Amino acid sequence: MESVLIRVEDLWKVYDLGDVSVTALADVTLDVGRGEFTAIIGSSGSGKSTFMNLVGCLDRPTRGRYWLDGVDVSTLGSDERAEIRNRKLGFVFQNFNLISRTSALENVELPLFYDDLPLAEQRIRAREALRRVGLADREHHLPNQLSGGQQQRVAIARALVNRPPLILADEPTGNLDTRTSIEILEVFQELNRSQGITILLVTHEPDIASFARRVITFRDGRVISDVRQDPRGASAGARDAVSPPSS
Amino acid sequence: MKLLRMTLYAAFRALRRNKMRSILTMLGIIIGVAAVIAMVSVGQGANLAVQKQIESLGTNLLMVMPGSTTAGGVRSGWGGVSTLTLQDAAAIKRECPSVSAATYFRRQGVQVVYGNKNWYTTAQGTTPEFPVVRNWSTSEGSFFTARDDSTANRVVVIGQTVASQLFGEGEDPVGAQIRVLEVPFTVIGVLEARGQSGYGQDQDDTLLMPFNTAVRRVLGARFPGTVDMIFASASSQDVIDQAETEITDLLRSRHHIAPKQEDDFTVRNLADIAKARESAGQVMTTLLLSVASISLLVGGIGIMNILLVSVTERTREIGIRMAIGAKSRHILLQFLVEAITLSTAGGLAGAVFGVALAKAISFFADWPTLLSVPAVLGSILFSGAVGVFFGFYPAHKASRLDPILALRYE
Repeated sequence: MESVLIRVEDLWKVYDLGDVSVTALADVTLDVGRGEFTAIIGSSGSGKSTFMNLVGCLDRPTRGRYWLDGVDVSTLGSDERAEIRNRKLGFVFQNFNLISRTSALENVELPLFYDDLPLAEQRIRAREALRRVGLADREHHLPNQLSGGQQQRVAIARALVNRPPLILADEPTGNLDTRTSIEILEVFQELNRSQGITILLVTHEPDIASFARRVITFRDGRVISDVRQDPRGASAGARDAVSPPSS
Repeated sequence: MKLLRMTLYAAFRALRRNKMRSILTMLGIIIGVAAVIAMVSVGQGANLAVQKQIESLGTNLLMVMPGSTTAGGVRSGWGGVSTLTLQDAAAIKRECPSVSAATYFRRQGVQVVYGNKNWYTTAQGTTPEFPVVRNWSTSEGSFFTARDDSTANRVVVIGQTVASQLFGEGEDPVGAQIRVLEVPFTVIGVLEARGQSGYGQDQDDTLLMPFNTAVRRVLGARFPGTVDMIFASASSQDVIDQAETEITDLLRSRHHIAPKQEDDFTVRNLADIAKARESAGQVMTTLLLSVASISLLVGGIGIMNILLVSVTERTREIGIRMAIGAKSRHILLQFLVEAITLSTAGGLAGAVFGVALAKAISFFADWPTLLSVPAVLGSILFSGAVGVFFGFYPAHKASRLDPILALRYE
């Protein structure tokens, strides 16, 4: 149990659209171990985004249970889920989702702000997170003064700053060119390897998924395959440095 | 407390990002508050000026004026024929228990000459009780005495305007010889400055002499034994209405007026005049204040509109904030604080403009203004309340957004 970070059991999500109900997720049961780098792959409408919303505590399942870090979060209210998102999760989105006209440093500070950290402490930790993604010299730049890859690095720094055990990346390379995509994936690999942060990466491109050590494929709201592989990438050789995934 | 400080900080950052829009949003509140403060200042200044004038006349003062008389069906106007006699004045002093003192006068326009200067003013023949009843004494020299009156001495006390017209800088009017309608007089005193009356007359443009001197030596006796007006002072402000009744009853019986006949005199109570003036001023102030409040209300609606637009525009930002751990109350508080910051900053700026406007009005239009601290504080507080009231709906709307939909919002 200790090494399991995410455990979902019999997870269903059904959207009630008046006359018809759409089943987005049907009977999903899986575990993700601490320190795993997992890719979730599937075409659009496969249920992978719904699954991410549930894992990200942005939504509640229609049926089923979900334990995050040993806590049953499937029944929590919106304020409690906000707290979980703040402390246990970091989000990285396809379109970066930085707050415009706000400096990189202030963007990175934002999660700490909702954790009631003193301003001075916020600043120190935000600088440190920016340094980790290689943007120490860009802290006063506004999002529109940064390239796509740099913006995504700022977003990763923001996801990191609260030192969460889990980072959820939803198509993080969808808006980036191939070279930059590889750089970003290497950042994730590095974080996974050296910090032991669990990474859950949603993508529809098998190329991107090849950077992960485990690939879960969704179709029509169900898991159709769950395989482990040798990840691609420069730093892949260091995978043995972290404890192997459980189960 | 920390949450509040941080939310304030975040709100300031958000407003700073949109400086021009923030200023335009505040404009309604700024104009509203400035208008309220300027209006109240002008209104209160006017009230105070009226009050001061009334007080300077003496709040216990009753004025008895001759009324119209009817002679063979022809009615004269007020004061057409003086119906008040010296005996009436003496009787009022003697027989009305609520009257502490009384004086009376005859007046006429006269030409006064000193050296090579001359001036046209109003001469009043009055009694030594004048300084007490009118609450108006001399600033230099002294007032004439009962003895001056009984012996019809040729002495005068002059008003400040007359003094400045006849005497140059450094000249001492007291002891000087002046001629009033060619009759030589000695100036024995100068009255304190009084300024304009409530009717806009220069009260200092006058000259006082003993009643008997006036009648026997200068003005002549057009209607022998009559006076132009009687001033009586009630012994206190509480008995002023009683004094008025006593005087009316006394004069009706002395003038043999039958119960259903109209009075041939008028008693005026200065306190009543003051009250009437004050309430007129208050009606005006209330009217202007309600117009100004409407502008505050419109300002508030402006803030609400801008915030609603802002919530829509920043849907994605709200989604991001929620995804990284903002609870709904954080979002609610953020937008509410933005609204309150806008409206309170508008209120403060409006207060500054309002005070400046009041000063400008008193400087350029020469109106008296009185800065009202409660009005300044009240309108700043009110603008804060406008922020809470009109900010709540947009803030609530923002806090209820679904993070998943908000994140996907384009």
